[in-house]
Amino acid sequence: MGLKSSLHNFRQKNKDKKWLPAFSAIHTFLFLPNETTHNGTHIKAADDLKRTMNTVIMAMVPCLIFGMYNAGYQHHLAFGDIQAATGGFLSSAFWTIDNLLVGFWKVIPLVIVSYGVGLAIEIFFAMKNSHEVEEGYLVTGMLVPLIVPIDTPLWMLAVAVAFGVVIGKEVFGGTGMNILNPALTIRAFLFFAYPTWMSGDKVWVHGAVERDQMIAAGENLDAISGETILGTLAQGKDVGYEVMDMFYGIIPGSVGETSTLLILLAGLFLIFTKIGSWRIMLSSAIGALVMGLIFNGVVSSGWITESSKFYGLMSTEFWHHLLIGGFAFGTVFMATDPVTASQTNKGKWIYGFLIGFISIMIRVFNPAYPEGVMLAILLMNVFAPTIDHYVVQGNVKKRMKRLKVKTA
Amino acid sequence: MSKDIKIKKGLDIKLVGEAEKSVEQAIISNFCTIRPEDFHSVIPKLIAKEGATLKAGDVIFYDKSNEDVKFVSPVSGTVIEVLRGPKRRIDAVKIQADKPQSYKDFGKFNTSSDAKTTKAHLLASGCWPFIKQRPYDVIANPEKSPKSIFISGYATAPLTADLDFVLQGKEAELQAAVSALSKLTEGQVHIGVGSKNSPLANMSDATIHNVSGPHPAGNVGTHINRIDPVNKGEVVWTVNAQDLVVIGELLLTGKFNAERIVALAGSSVKKPRYFKTLIGSEVATMVYDNGVDKDGNDRIISGNVLSGKQLKPDGSLGYYDNVISVIPEGDDYELFGWNKPVFNKISTSRALTFSWLTPKKKFALNTNTNGEHRAFVVTGSYEKVFPLDMYPMQLLKACMYEDLDEMEALGMYEVAPEDFALTEFICVSKQPHQDIIRKGLDLMLKEIG
Repeated sequence: MGLKSSLHNFRQKNKDKKWLPAFSAIHTFLFLPNETTHNGTHIKAADDLKRTMNTVIMAMVPCLIFGMYNAGYQHHLAFGDIQAATGGFLSSAFWTIDNLLVGFWKVIPLVIVSYGVGLAIEIFFAMKNSHEVEEGYLVTGMLVPLIVPIDTPLWMLAVAVAFGVVIGKEVFGGTGMNILNPALTIRAFLFFAYPTWMSGDKVWVHGAVERDQMIAAGENLDAISGETILGTLAQGKDVGYEVMDMFYGIIPGSVGETSTLLILLAGLFLIFTKIGSWRIMLSSAIGALVMGLIFNGVVSSGWITESSKFYGLMSTEFWHHLLIGGFAFGTVFMATDPVTASQTNKGKWIYGFLIGFISIMIRVFNPAYPEGVMLAILLMNVFAPTIDHYVVQGNVKKRMKRLKVKTA
Repeated sequence: MSKDIKIKKGLDIKLVGEAEKSVEQAIISNFCTIRPEDFHSVIPKLIAKEGATLKAGDVIFYDKSNEDVKFVSPVSGTVIEVLRGPKRRIDAVKIQADKPQSYKDFGKFNTSSDAKTTKAHLLASGCWPFIKQRPYDVIANPEKSPKSIFISGYATAPLTADLDFVLQGKEAELQAAVSALSKLTEGQVHIGVGSKNSPLANMSDATIHNVSGPHPAGNVGTHINRIDPVNKGEVVWTVNAQDLVVIGELLLTGKFNAERIVALAGSSVKKPRYFKTLIGSEVATMVYDNGVDKDGNDRIISGNVLSGKQLKPDGSLGYYDNVISVIPEGDDYELFGWNKPVFNKISTSRALTFSWLTPKKKFALNTNTNGEHRAFVVTGSYEKVFPLDMYPMQLLKACMYEDLDEMEALGMYEVAPEDFALTEFICVSKQPHQDIIRKGLDLMLKEIG
């Protein structure tokens, strides 16, 4: 037992050292610890937090890989290197090594920076407060590269991650204690600090910003427009994509959020493994559909004319809202974060519904930045404890009533 | 009258090593040890000093805060050692047993006596500690009168002694005890049974409830929550079914006979079966002479694997226990144990764990925690195994931040640590739920009383 016992001995020898959590993080990554139960239950179920988090990461991997292909595809398409892929998800023009490689070299650095900076901060705080490195960041670190535009400068990402982890999580006491979803805190920071990098029609296609700068410098090139469907709709223009393109995700957007199909599969996987809350996912979709229907109703009853700046998004068919933008990704991976979501089952229904409802509301009424999911989830994160409070109070009231019946 | 209890939430943990239904006479242990820590929150005042000779039924110590509550010796013999901990706390009283046992005679009890006499008799004879109360899960306060008394005749925890089997042929004793107890409450004695064959199924002076469903269907806490939940200011009492036999025999014969049929179970036991032994006897003879490897790396537990107490090999059977569980220690590292597919452990999730594919399979679990202690992260999982009408996670958190009002509102009066055994078992963050609840109850006991 070479490695096993030498790691164990090393750990025993350095029991009191300040840096032990850093070592433990690696040690427990390799080996399930030898900890045994003491009092209470003498046996324990098989899952731990690492396994839970790992399952979420597994669900995200297809989105990540698809995101690489799509990044390359959008790049080549915009630069006129290839023709639009026909045949959708099965198109051979989409799944090319060339597309993958372009995306790979853009996405992997995002992943490395996200994990590198985030874990460094986590380990620092673990050593400072002498506790173990907790697993929360494993998921956050993977989420972050999936929800940013492909060309986000790495230094910007590093700054945002540092902000998100410290302000979004560590100041509250770390994993399990935070109020806001850390990944969304990171994205919100990027959005408010560097708005030009997070919206508009250039950032979603790799190379578009760069070419724009070259044009500005006087070079004679065609400008590239790669705006998202939401952006197009917000300006009241016609969408040039088929519904199936939106479903497959062969459209511009943040790295991992475009493919509704893969996100749907990931959602089903998370529900099957009992890691993700189906209540939140379902109620959030219902909330979005209800809001979509309301807007469709407003349009069809003629309360709003085509000249209105809200017309484009309001007249979008209600169920298209589930396919476009970051809605699906936010619902499956962000809204279901158990720490920041409502914790009671009844609360989850309310929480999810409101996320869906408000997402579409913000989406329509905020054409300058037509993506409401991030803000809706952050808003509901803040209200989740309130929702829980009233749900729990319901149970408490039932108890109090019981007492009165008895004593009366 | 029968009011049935059916629960759906819960989890049956199927383990290897269930005791075979045959009873053996355990080699009579020479030593009997009584540990005051079995009687939570009792501060013992010692009567039987070192060297004292006792009959079975003689008082060893009483409760300092209530002198009427006496604790008696299960055997006759000589007190050879009083083990003390820090601040001269009494940790254990060790008695060397006489070969032929002699019993103190409490006299045959007239079962038609009134409540006051019955109570006095139970207190004087040392049977009172068998009666526990909720709230707080401590020995019942004899000055209060309970609104009802609960007895569970159905054990659903993993590897516990089958009460139908253990109580066979003890109907007379059980009936005597139930009738006596029924005098002590204005309400009723509620007995939960798992089947019609239960020796408790035909008791008079009691309401019988047929109980079905996964563990914790047999926990008395589940019955209380369903039948007659405890509100602020109310008290219910609970008695373990096997302790009724001791009470019953005392009432019928005047003898305090601490004999008990105990299951020796667990995957480390070669031939798991039942033994006839006494409360407090040393378990070593039973465990080692009959099937556990002497140099094996095993854990011996007095009680079931969910809420029992760890014993050293020279330890003794707990006052309230009727099962000794022996399972392997899990103090080893497992390569990539946190993410590789798991087939040999139980899980309620399906995150690369496959116990859901084989619901009938029995598992040999060890004591490894399968992960490290973390803050609460996952939500909604406890509710699936927690049949009580309350919010388990919110209650645990209230205990952790010691908010008495909230604990009270969320249902703390109804629960005992064992009700949180399943949530502790499945807890992904490996939080010590039972410990948190125990500390919370202690705090309430101290602050509210």
